[in-house]
Amino acid sequence: MRATRHPAFLLLVAFTGAFLYAPVMVVVLLSFNSARHGMAWEGFSLEWHRALFQNPAILEAFGNSLILAVVSTLIALPLGIGIVLGFGRNRWRGLEWLRTLIQLPALLPDIVMAAALLIFAQTARSTLGVLDLGMTAMVLGHVSFQIPFVAVVVGARYLRLDPALEEAARDLGAAPIQVFRTVTLPLLSSSILAAGLVCVALSLDDFIVSFFASGPGSTTLPILIHASVRRGLTPEIHALSTWLVFAAALLAIAASRRSLFDRPIGPHNNGLT
Amino acid sequence: MTHNAPSTAQSTNRQALALLPAIPGVCWILIFVLLPLALLLAHSFLSRNDASDPALPLSVASYARFFGNTSFGFDLIYPQLLVRTALLALLATAAGLMLATPVAFWIASLPSRWRTTALVLIAIPMWTNLVVRTYAWQLLLGPDTPLARIAESLGWAQPGEGLYPGLLAVLLGMTCDYLPFLVLPLYASVERIDWTLAEAAQDLGATPPQVFQHAILPQILPGVAAAAFLTFIPALGQFLIPDLLGGGKVAMLGNILQQQFGASNDWPFGAALTVMTLLSAVGLLILRKIMSAPRSDSDRRPASSSV
Repeated sequence: MRATRHPAFLLLVAFTGAFLYAPVMVVVLLSFNSARHGMAWEGFSLEWHRALFQNPAILEAFGNSLILAVVSTLIALPLGIGIVLGFGRNRWRGLEWLRTLIQLPALLPDIVMAAALLIFAQTARSTLGVLDLGMTAMVLGHVSFQIPFVAVVVGARYLRLDPALEEAARDLGAAPIQVFRTVTLPLLSSSILAAGLVCVALSLDDFIVSFFASGPGSTTLPILIHASVRRGLTPEIHALSTWLVFAAALLAIAASRRSLFDRPIGPHNNGLT
Repeated sequence: MTHNAPSTAQSTNRQALALLPAIPGVCWILIFVLLPLALLLAHSFLSRNDASDPALPLSVASYARFFGNTSFGFDLIYPQLLVRTALLALLATAAGLMLATPVAFWIASLPSRWRTTALVLIAIPMWTNLVVRTYAWQLLLGPDTPLARIAESLGWAQPGEGLYPGLLAVLLGMTCDYLPFLVLPLYASVERIDWTLAEAAQDLGATPPQVFQHAILPQILPGVAAAAFLTFIPALGQFLIPDLLGGGKVAMLGNILQQQFGASNDWPFGAALTVMTLLSAVGLLILRKIMSAPRSDSDRRPASSSV
């Protein structure tokens, strides 16, 4: 491990770090640049950040993104938790296929899911007259790729719980619902929160599924930024992007806190400390 | 894995009831994932009517077109597109791995309270919107930027043109995008390295490169494979980066695919392209499953399973 202190090695790591952060940094810096065009620094300014809150298109997209993220997370969490509880520690081989099926949206390239969703929505519209492209279709798409992540995050935690805790509750006469409410759910709560954060981040970050499934009036922030890149970048977009970076940082930090509680749970430490 | 053999009817009922909470989730996946994929497959066998809408009769025209039967005569542009896309994805993954591996080792060498901070710092770009990270490369690589001037002096770009749009820009964008997705699984693998093996190799007289090759590399190979697959498979469907950084000069499978659902309005062909992407991804997933299956008892190493 002495190699890790070699100057050439550290230089490479530093270069990689700079490479990784170059795009983020350039956008953040430009958002505070008082110049409207170009990369030359002309002085510090908050005007683009202030202008954000007066831009109706941006505000609408922000609202859409938020609604989409919250609604899809609220649907994906119970569905994913149900899958974790239902499959539990069951080792039946048939479930392996189901587990792979559930993981599909996370395993396949998202453009495949996006195209499939588009075709599904159009087919539903032409045969049943129900689904229009727009927020509903986007929610459907987002929940579908959030469920595998919920199942993984909550499932990992669930598998580490000592089954003795739930069995004890059952032996003491609790109905399954009570076991869930009073024993399982509290023990899973931190991982559920982490899963929720992941879901929100996935939804806010998604471009391709939203892009394919969007309709009039359902522009989300990534779609707005993409359109703006084609039309011509404005500093307000840089300001918006800066806030997205900031939100990503918050989510990353919050999620890392959650995973600090990763310890095996059992009778010896009653899961509460 | 033991097969749960229920011994009484009651036990079977209990097991069946235990599966109950999973039903809503499974139903969702069946209706909103499996059914769309089935519809996708069906769509690829449709033809187009006069209004350019997908319609019966069923036909394999879209696949014929993919495999060479284009309107300009026999031309393998689409298989070539798939191969080009795969090569680009491979290059970006390889470049990313070369950068990510030192970072993973470096993080593992930090004292533990700094490790979390380093990991969070790696995660932040990962959680930042790809559209933002990609258009930023437009700014960094356009004409008159420092990076463009360096490239001009190296002869990689024409004066006044900059690196964007272009192939190198797409590669840079992809590599940068994949870095965090490579570092994290690699780090998980590096963290679990049994350093006593390296010490033993050193005691036995191995030189540092030999120590790395024989004592360390085999231990992280599963992690490397996991990271590579995790990156390469989504890279096949990459749309945004070539769209924003390729400027029409660099088209990957994803761009042509999206075109069919947009400007070209040829949904059956778009569906066929999507199915080809899907099959490639599934093929890779199966390959990964085969590669990660333990070969024999004597081959098993202490678990280093990020696969």
